Amino acid sequence: MASSLPFRYQLTVLLRPAAKFAGRRRAQCPYQRRRIATYTHSHQAAQLSVLPTAVDTLSEEYKTNSQQFGDLMSQLEDLHGKIAQGGPQKARDKHVARGKMLPRDRVTALIDPGTSFLELSQLAGYNLYPGEDVPAGGIITGIGTVEGVTCIIIANDSTVKGGTYYPITVKKHLRAQTIAQENRLPCIYLVDSGGANLPHQASVFPDASHFGRIFYNQARLSSQGVPQLSAVLGPCTAGGAYVPSMSDESVIVDKQGHIFLAGPPLVKAATGEVVSAEELGGAATHAEVSGVADYRAVDDAHALVLLRRCVRNLNWPRGVGVSGVGGAEEEGSGGRGWKEPIYDVEELPGIVGTSLRRQIPIHEVIGRIVDGSEFAEFKPLYGTTLVTGFAAIYGQPVGIVANNGILFSESALKGAHFIQLCAQRRIPLIFLQNISGFMVGADAERGGIAKNGAKLVTAVACADVPKFTVVVGSSAGAGNYGMCGRAYSPRLLFLWPNAKTSVMGPEQLSAVMEAVGKTVDPDLKARIVRESDATFSSARLWDDGVIPPSHTRRVLGMGLMAAYGGKGEGWRESDRGTDTRWGVFRM
Amino acid sequence: MSTMLPLRVQRSNGPAILLNAVFRNKRWQYTAATKPSETRPLRSILIANRGEIALRVNRTASEYGIRTTTLYTNPDARSQHALSSPFAVNLGLPTAYLNGDRIIEVAKKQGCDGIHPGYGFLSENSAFAEKCKLAGLVFIGPPADAIEAMGNKSRSKEIMTNAGVPCIPGYHGTNQSPEYLASEASRIGFPVLLKAVKGGGGKGMRIARTPEEFLPQLESAKSEARNSFGDDAMLVEKYITTPRHVEVQIFADKHGNCVALGERDCSVQRRHQKILEESPAPNLDEETRQDLWDKARKAALAVGYEGAGTVEFIFDTTTGAFFFMEMNTRLQVEHPVTELVTGEDLVHWQLLVAQGAPLPLTQSAIRERIPQHGHAIEARIYAENPAMGFLPSTGRLTHLRTPTPSPTLRIDAGFAQGDEVSSYYDPMIAKLIVRGPDRHAALQKLHVALGEYEIAGPTTNIEFLKRLCVSPAFVAGEVETGYIEKYRDELFAAEKTPPEVWAQAALGVLLQEAQSRQVLGRGFGEAGSKIGFGADYQAREVHLVEVAADGKPENNVAMTVKARQVGPGRFALEVDGREFVPVLAELGANGKSLRSFFPHTRLGATFVREDEQITLFQQGRQYRLQLGLPNWAEEALGMKTVLNSVLAPMPCKVLRVEVKEGEIVKKDQALVVIESMKMETVIRSPQDGIVQKVVHGAGDMCKAGTALVEFIDEDSK
Repeated sequence: MASSLPFRYQLTVLLRPAAKFAGRRRAQCPYQRRRIATYTHSHQAAQLSVLPTAVDTLSEEYKTNSQQFGDLMSQLEDLHGKIAQGGPQKARDKHVARGKMLPRDRVTALIDPGTSFLELSQLAGYNLYPGEDVPAGGIITGIGTVEGVTCIIIANDSTVKGGTYYPITVKKHLRAQTIAQENRLPCIYLVDSGGANLPHQASVFPDASHFGRIFYNQARLSSQGVPQLSAVLGPCTAGGAYVPSMSDESVIVDKQGHIFLAGPPLVKAATGEVVSAEELGGAATHAEVSGVADYRAVDDAHALVLLRRCVRNLNWPRGVGVSGVGGAEEEGSGGRGWKEPIYDVEELPGIVGTSLRRQIPIHEVIGRIVDGSEFAEFKPLYGTTLVTGFAAIYGQPVGIVANNGILFSESALKGAHFIQLCAQRRIPLIFLQNISGFMVGADAERGGIAKNGAKLVTAVACADVPKFTVVVGSSAGAGNYGMCGRAYSPRLLFLWPNAKTSVMGPEQLSAVMEAVGKTVDPDLKARIVRESDATFSSARLWDDGVIPPSHTRRVLGMGLMAAYGGKGEGWRESDRGTDTRWGVFRM
Repeated sequence: MSTMLPLRVQRSNGPAILLNAVFRNKRWQYTAATKPSETRPLRSILIANRGEIALRVNRTASEYGIRTTTLYTNPDARSQHALSSPFAVNLGLPTAYLNGDRIIEVAKKQGCDGIHPGYGFLSENSAFAEKCKLAGLVFIGPPADAIEAMGNKSRSKEIMTNAGVPCIPGYHGTNQSPEYLASEASRIGFPVLLKAVKGGGGKGMRIARTPEEFLPQLESAKSEARNSFGDDAMLVEKYITTPRHVEVQIFADKHGNCVALGERDCSVQRRHQKILEESPAPNLDEETRQDLWDKARKAALAVGYEGAGTVEFIFDTTTGAFFFMEMNTRLQVEHPVTELVTGEDLVHWQLLVAQGAPLPLTQSAIRERIPQHGHAIEARIYAENPAMGFLPSTGRLTHLRTPTPSPTLRIDAGFAQGDEVSSYYDPMIAKLIVRGPDRHAALQKLHVALGEYEIAGPTTNIEFLKRLCVSPAFVAGEVETGYIEKYRDELFAAEKTPPEVWAQAALGVLLQEAQSRQVLGRGFGEAGSKIGFGADYQAREVHLVEVAADGKPENNVAMTVKARQVGPGRFALEVDGREFVPVLAELGANGKSLRSFFPHTRLGATFVREDEQITLFQQGRQYRLQLGLPNWAEEALGMKTVLNSVLAPMPCKVLRVEVKEGEIVKKDQALVVIESMKMETVIRSPQDGIVQKVVHGAGDMCKAGTALVEFIDEDSK
């Protein structure tokens, strides 16, 4: 401020003759009525607002204050430092010896390099429970950046009392969820917990803001479109089992993460069944058989990389940095922001052939459609006859649903789950259809193939995002419906030249007709063959055209552009939301 | 001479000055022209070559207002030479630079007066020279019969001997009786070299050091020749124990004038190809030098030579004698060395001679001029891996930065950043030529310039060239053709990568990642800082691997850098037992220039990452590192299967498969012979095992990384 005073003075002095000059000009020129405007540099203007300071850092008072506060600071730094170590040395050593990362290292590995983590309530549980040391309340919560997306991270510390939930743990967990809700921040749970702390059960279990509220929040947050992601990095027992189960997507570490409502000892006590933890709730069980988890990871580092990829596929707004596949400027894309597939698209005909008896290796097809041949496969080990996953086409995120065999109950459930994710995230869906139908037979019917198939059909029908269908092989039976056939209003539907569309194959159809005792028209089979041909379909506008397989990527690119109103910019913020209203899923 | 494959140029200030020098002489040259009626001006020429030499010729032609037409093939469509002229004609197939008839047709169609053949390809094809003449085009090179005479080894020796040019004593006759050959050997004097007449590639070749050794060596050579070529006819020649390769640049005009433009020593060679060439030749007395020049001129005049040529001699270091080897009837790769020590533009001389003008300088003028220019040396920068037997390397030049050209530093290159070094043509990336007042100064300058030459992408021989520049025997001028073999241990000694380099690589990785997410400078302004008390969530381990130059994974060096970010661009680092706290680092907006302030020093670096490959240039040295593979990768990506197959190391064509499916093979046994860049490479088994599948058969074209042979998985048995 002091320095600006002479400035002002100078200005006045300098401006005076100028004003005089302007006056003379006015006299000479009757049209020039205005005086010349005084220019003030923004730097000088800003001086108006700069606060003055009168601190004398050499004064006794300052020195005393500073020293006293410094002592306090170092006390707190020591305290926090001790808390940040987590549980006792022995527990930490054991944890690391198992090949696990310490929880704070997990958080570091999860967030983007070069970003900060704002940890919350580190002092939770400090001197709270007499005789019990619960550093940070046994849980780390905070705000961090993952793949450019600001997230709430909630990580159990299993070196503190096995990661069990004390009352303060529950409170801290719920507080983090509240922050997530108020700010609409995706939640990432790094689960490694023995569940509720049993001796404190009365203070953690029954009340409104106790343990159950965690799952209530997860359900409500997800319904509000706030993504819920989890990694199972250790035990997830009893109530804890619901954290991954209630998540939109979950990762589990092989031979390390376990999800079960009751562990082997309790199972034995309850039913007498003897079963290993791995068999009961390990990665193989959940990623391949039950479908409770979506991705199997080799170790912590792998699980965290998978979680980061999940965040990348959230299609979350670009608040800070870049999210979304293909968003970053990649080398080799000619500066266009995406990479061409690394495999030759002209290889598609050689991969596919014209015989529909042979299974089309659909991953090979996907690898020749999507950017950089990069495909983040969702539930790769479960219901493998339907392939689902996130990718991008010309930089636009898409969800891909592709047949890789007959649809079973598991495949249908997986498809329905994946379509929900895409609808939630406003990601357009691409269906690659090569389907002879849903599984038939007694086992399938008892397994509820009809209602599970109905879930897929419901999901396809209700998902309110742009949908595109390409028939790359067969399109038969209810498979046509589950895979977004013409009746399911895909924005565009195209056929490959080898595509065959009919209620069932010509042989089966003739066989059925014979079986029901109808006289079979000798020409029926030939007619069905003719009627299922791509040219027959296209002639009747059952589709939008027949395309060369190698043009699939381009066709979809144009389709996506059209879906975005021709702007090719992706969804506006106002487009985001959970507009999709689902019909009743028959469970 | 041996380096004949085509090459490539970059703009440099050097030649411009040289050209001015030539320009000054122009007046004299034209006034001195004896028969001006003979001159036939070239208004437009076709450059029947590619790469740096095409650019080089183009530069001079353009300088003198001659329109140029360039040629290219499909893989060369975007190469620099093809882009250098508005008149560029596509020949199609990669081999089409050899299609003389088509090229003549193009020249006619484009209205060219002449064709400059460059070097390699059609430059020494007498039939092509003749055809040009018949088509009414000026072949910018010697007359067809001169090419013919020098192209025939036995005839050229005869002509040379008659002209008084010394040739290697030897017997090339038909009497093959062992006794007679032995007597010839004694006449020539031991040691002698026995060579199969039809031989090549060192097969059917033996050295007999004493008369006692002669017959057994002869028998051994004959049997090898019989097996390899089905013919055991032998020739005997004097064997020179420590030979040097010394060549003389000559120029002759249509008026019977012939001058020597100094000599070049090109002794340092690998795979019979030159890599360092210098002028004047070191450790050569003036008398011998003048004798060499004289003999070279005699050689040229003996065949009625015109234009630029090089007479190659083998120089016996022990006796000081030299012998004629062959004459290259074209402009050579290493001609810039001569240009720098003479101050002349040889391409311009070629154009002048072709137009019928007399030579611009007299021999005495040249003799006076060379000492004033000091010493010039050229290093050929190749995409190749010296540690793997100089195996050619291919790929995109992801980063290219050159030293600054000046009148004493010249770069002739045919590549720009982003260009692909393809497997179709010679892998020479550039020629770096420097001049200094004397040899030591030139070498020192070359060493520094090589350090400033940054190339990422294919492996290069730059580090190897740098070692040659400081190799004591080489610095002392003790050159010989077997130099690299003789000093192998010294030249290939492993050098430890300093901790600061590892540290910078880790910083580059982290900063680039942050930059690519555009985290820095957006959103939260103090990104990367610790917030609050307690843990800071910024300690990361970066796993890096230095890839062994010899390609053997067991020689890779793994290193873990502990990097803790303490603020924006501020780090605490720990590597290889050293701590650096704090390190301030910033990555330039180009994502490459890394500037860091260690507690003890400031270090600049260029950091180039392409996929998992990291190339770091720091203080004039290049380091090739890789991101370490995460522990989970092998299992999660199913990488184990890859270990059970042998992959093509580069884009190639399979020539032969040496094993059958089901065959039990030993480690290092030959599996497949591939051809790439005109070179055969034997792919050997990395392990003992059983061949499960031969993935590609003879004639298949394979991309780099394609499996060639698969083994039965030992674990699955």
